[in-house]
Amino acid sequence: MCAVLLLASCRRDMQDTPRARTFQESKFFDDRMSARPLPAGTVSQDYGSYDELLETGKIGQRVSEVFPFEITAEVFARGRERFNIFCAPCHGRTGDGDGMVVRRGFRRPPSYHIERLRNAPAGHFFDVITNGYGSMYSYADRVPVRDRWAIAAYIRALQLSQGATIADVPADKRAELTGGGPQ
Amino acid sequence: MPQLFHRGANTIARASIYGGLGIIGLFFWVIYAVNDSPYFDFVGVPRPQPVQFSHKHHVQDDGIDCRYCHTTVETQAFAGMPPTHTCMTCHSVLFADSPALAPVRQSYADNTPLAWTRVYDLPDYVYFNHSIHVNKGVACITCHGRVDEMPLMWRQKTLRMNWCLSCHRSPELFVTPREHVFDMTWVRDGDQRDMGARLVKEYDIKRLTDCYTCHR
Ligand code: HEC
Ligand code: HEC
Ligand code: HEC
Ligand code: HEC
Ligand code: HEC
Ligand code: HEC
Repeated sequence: MCAVLLLASCRRDMQDTPRARTFQESKFFDDRMSARPLPAGTVSQDYGSYDELLETGKIGQRVSEVFPFEITAEVFARGRERFNIFCAPCHGRTGDGDGMVVRRGFRRPPSYHIERLRNAPAGHFFDVITNGYGSMYSYADRVPVRDRWAIAAYIRALQLSQGATIADVPADKRAELTGGGPQ
Repeated sequence: MPQLFHRGANTIARASIYGGLGIIGLFFWVIYAVNDSPYFDFVGVPRPQPVQFSHKHHVQDDGIDCRYCHTTVETQAFAGMPPTHTCMTCHSVLFADSPALAPVRQSYADNTPLAWTRVYDLPDYVYFNHSIHVNKGVACITCHGRVDEMPLMWRQKTLRMNWCLSCHRSPELFVTPREHVFDMTWVRDGDQRDMGARLVKEYDIKRLTDCYTCHR
């Protein structure tokens, strides 16, 4: 009697309902994927109406020199965070191109501090993240459009920081860098 | 009249009463122990995977952030499993002909997903959401343990209802500052209760113990 009751509780149809949970294997579709691929020609509506500069980094045929929105302290902090997640493994935290994965044998990317990349327009960085560049794959599936611009802004700041001298620091902050003063 | 029960009968009676209780007790204890053992809740048991993917190598040795692969953990219910493209951002060059990675290259070439064995899997009648936990300061390590020390993924916590509730009743015993949610090596200095009480106020954490929070 007890054994029958115990066995009766072994049915699992409430544990595994027919509803497809994310990425669960499907018995319905031939390729067994419950997450369906997008039909060809799908246009993203994520960002409202289409904005050429925001989504391609270009104005007409020219790679944009300017950012499509204002770079506030918040955007900048977001850029730093995303850079450290997605780019630093290869490009390193300072952008020198000596991240951990490179030290394990990945192809070494160019430093951000070379003349050509210092002079590159902001839209170039956007384009590299979106479409990849040489042996660097695209990050478009993981870095949304606004984050790409935030990362580009952060790279700009890294570049400026490497060429900076003490004279660039506001007078009231210099003491913090040179040792004394409030921490 | 001769005695029906000889004197030893008292002892036998006592022994059988207590013995009977003992056996019933043992029966429930065995059920409890079996139910609580890794055989049922899989705690600490690494699962076979199609590729010997090691979090220890990728997270600890190479310092890759969880969000590089589990991209939607901050924004959605589902933490996100990396598509093969993500593996290939590195393994197109690195270990490009390693036999250990053959299934990954195959998957990329055929455009068929890798089928990982699920390690954490709640019953379908339970609703769980990563983004709220991550944004309210519950660290990965609290629920998934030292992932950065797992050569193969295993389950760290039972995923039983009483486990969820132990935290939902008193979140101050578990919360971490938001900036350390993804950090596997961070150790708090000072008292968890003090810090917890402060963070619960700061992040406005509620005690969600109504059934419909998780069963909807
Ligand atoms: C898996 C390693 C890896 C990661 C991660 C990575 N890159 Fe790269 N990156 C490279 C390599 C390698 C090159 C050089 C490509 C070549 O020349 O073939 C490169 C080149 C570049 C260049 C220079 C392009 C030029 O004009 O020469 C930029 C800019 C760049 N990456 C930005 C980024 C940004 C932004 C991210 C983060 C979203 C990122 N990379 C993440 C490996 C990586
Ligand atoms: C290089 C990519 C990568 C990184 C970085 C990464 N993971 Fe994973 N993770 C995976 C893959 C692939 C799987 C599936 C294979 C497995 O279960 O081992 C997985 C599985 C998991 C699972 C088990 C999911 C399940 O139910 O089967 C957990 C939990 C997890 N990862 C947590 C983390 C945490 C926490 C971090 C950050 C400390 C992290 N991961 C970093 C790729 C990654
Ligand atoms: C950011 C770069 C990066 C990404 C993304 C990445 N790996 Fe790796 N992987 C490495 C590095 C670096 C090593 C070498 C680890 C070490 O020895 O420290 C490695 C080693 C491995 C190995 C062992 C190879 C061997 O021959 O011993 C396997 C298997 C592996 N990775 C699977 C995966 C899978 C599956 C994914 C996708 C979920 C993935 N990797 C994503 C960088 C990466
Ligand atoms: C409150 C506890 C908790 C926290 C905190 C948590 N997880 Fe999970 N995680 C779970 C549970 C429970 C599941 C199983 C979900 C299911 O079966 O629907 C899971 C599943 C996963 C999976 C498998 C995919 C999925 O969503 O089902 C990955 C990957 C994962 N977690 C990664 C992470 C990472 C990375 C972090 C830290 C940013 C994290 N988790 C924080 C409890 C947690
Ligand atoms: C270590 C602590 C902890 C654990 C363990 C935990 N939770 Fe939570 N959970 C929280 C906190 C904190 C919140 C946010 C409460 C608030 O809204 O202020 C939360 C919120 C939730 C919500 C509300 C989401 C929404 O959108 O309303 C759900 C659902 C939930 N948890 C499910 C679960 C389930 C299921 C488990 C067990 C598998 C679990 N939690 C385990 C701490 C935890
Ligand atoms: C914090 C999330 C959470 C809340 C709140 C919650 N549950 Fe659950 N419940 C779970 C999880 C997770 C499981 C799955 C346990 C397992 O797989 O062993 C579960 C399982 C169950 C089961 C099935 C038990 C079994 O052993 O199969 C019942 C019945 C149940 N819950 C009733 C309730 C009731 C009644 C309430 C309200 C008083 C409630 N739950 C509140 C998370 C929750």
